[in-house]
Amino acid sequence: MATKAPAITDPPAPPPSSAAAVISVQDIVHRYDGRTALDGVSFDVRPAEIFGLLGPNGSGKTTLFRILSTLMKPTAGQAVIMGHDATKDPAALRREIGVVFQAQSVDEKLTAYENLWHQGHLYGLHGTALKKRIAEILGRVGLCDRAGELVETFSGGMARRVELAKGLLHHPSVLLLDEPTTGLDPGARRDLWQYLKILRDDEHVSVLVTTHLMEEAERCDRLAIFNEGKLVALGTPAELRNEIGGDVVLLEVTSDPADLAKRIQSRFSVPATVLGGRVRIEMQQGHRFIASAVEAFPGEIQSVSVSKPTLEDVFIDRTGHRFWGESQPDSDSNEEKA
Amino acid sequence: MATRAATLPLPLTAPASAGIWLPAFTLWWRELVRFYRQRARVVGVIASPLLFWLVIGSGFGTSFRSGSPTGQQNYLAYFYPGVLIMIVLFTSIFTMMSVIEDRKEGFLLSVMAAPVPRSAIVLGKVLGGSTLAALQGLVCLIFAPFVGIHLTIENVLFSALVVLLVSFSLTALGFVIAWPMDSTAAFHGIINLFLIPLWMLSGAMFPLAGASRWIRILMRINPLTYGVEALRRLLYPESPLIFRLSSSIATLILFALFMFGLAFIMVNRRTTKPAA
Repeated sequence: MATKAPAITDPPAPPPSSAAAVISVQDIVHRYDGRTALDGVSFDVRPAEIFGLLGPNGSGKTTLFRILSTLMKPTAGQAVIMGHDATKDPAALRREIGVVFQAQSVDEKLTAYENLWHQGHLYGLHGTALKKRIAEILGRVGLCDRAGELVETFSGGMARRVELAKGLLHHPSVLLLDEPTTGLDPGARRDLWQYLKILRDDEHVSVLVTTHLMEEAERCDRLAIFNEGKLVALGTPAELRNEIGGDVVLLEVTSDPADLAKRIQSRFSVPATVLGGRVRIEMQQGHRFIASAVEAFPGEIQSVSVSKPTLEDVFIDRTGHRFWGESQPDSDSNEEKA
Repeated sequence: MATRAATLPLPLTAPASAGIWLPAFTLWWRELVRFYRQRARVVGVIASPLLFWLVIGSGFGTSFRSGSPTGQQNYLAYFYPGVLIMIVLFTSIFTMMSVIEDRKEGFLLSVMAAPVPRSAIVLGKVLGGSTLAALQGLVCLIFAPFVGIHLTIENVLFSALVVLLVSFSLTALGFVIAWPMDSTAAFHGIINLFLIPLWMLSGAMFPLAGASRWIRILMRINPLTYGVEALRRLLYPESPLIFRLSSSIATLILFALFMFGLAFIMVNRRTTKPAA
């Protein structure tokens, strides 16, 4: 794509040594079947922060998730969690992480308690210590009274809480979640995010979460935005939004939008692009510009909107296209949850 | 790491490694619990072998009858060890459909992401499946007195060993086949390629001695033949035998080790594809 921005603009300064990286991803490349799923991705996750990987489906974030959870080896590059290399020492790394996959991993034929009992054994916990820990974690996710019931009788939100309890049972220092709110109702989504914040604040767990939802990305402390296997933006949601100066102006026009964009560009010397049949301009003081634009091109502008930039605008700014392509108009309808 | 202790004051209750036995035990136990919770499977395990043995056994008996009035009884008796092995064969291989289910249900992912040695995964799953298969085989042994077989304690123990070895190796075979698959339908297709020849050429239906040369060679290659032979020797000590009991059992042990090794190799291949 000709309009694509450089892969990584302004990587942040390396974090101070007091906050050594919990997760360090360096120049990860992943190719398979002649496709490049990840193309030189680098970033760090700091202790006790909620770090989001935002990107449309197929942008490479799930591939990266699988590399971090040691299920796949990258073609090149390095992924290190708590000082353990994912390729060289996966066993040590696995002890440090709790993983919540997008697809359900709890066994529906078992009770919530039994699921955690098995999970504990996989992590070397057993006996009364394990029993106590299961009671504790079930209390934390609010499932104490349902511990003895089969998971197949649970709602989606409850099953997801068992999933979370599984991931946290062994006190991981890093929690990895892949699209954790898939298939959850708004209430359950809110609960989950609240719980992630509690984890971060009270237990200093570092959380890495992938999402394709803008409103979830807004809740992260820092974000890495992915597009077609590349990291296109990195920073706090506020930083990223502020990088787009001022306002986003969208003009619906009666004439040819490309032609009008060109004329706006030459007349007002602001960069104007065409997006989905509309002229899009990022600029300071958008409301003032509108008055002069409507005056300058009488009859050509049908409607006008001015808004503060969102994360989607950041994505558009960096990639030149919309977050959801024309084939994917709705963010929730194309989730492949069984 | 000093920084970690400072920034992450976590209660470190999890030991450095879970080892092999605890995860293997837990996967084994889960297999049994899941089996027991699916009542239809429990019923099938007991009812189907009985039915098969009575219907097919008596039917074949009539066809093979060689003039003697006791032909039917004889064939039913001849058929008995073969049926036992067949039950073990089918159950062993089909229990490993749970590998595909675990993969589809996502459970396998959470095991793969845990600090569990791959050998523990194989061991837990295969032991789980072979326990179920062996139990079923042993249930069949209870019927032995009804075909006029009187077993000594020693013979019962050796029979149990043979059943265990056969269960273990065949479950491992099922594991090897199931591991790379993502649908149970595909598994059924491939499995039939193994099940029928393995069983038909095991001496379960017709004796090795009377077969043509080619079939005899195939039967000697088939590890299941040694299971059937060993079992027949234990159940009918006076019947004519081709292999000694010790060499049959040794062959079964080698087969079990080979299949387990193969399963272990399968599991250790880390994928480079992002698909589940």
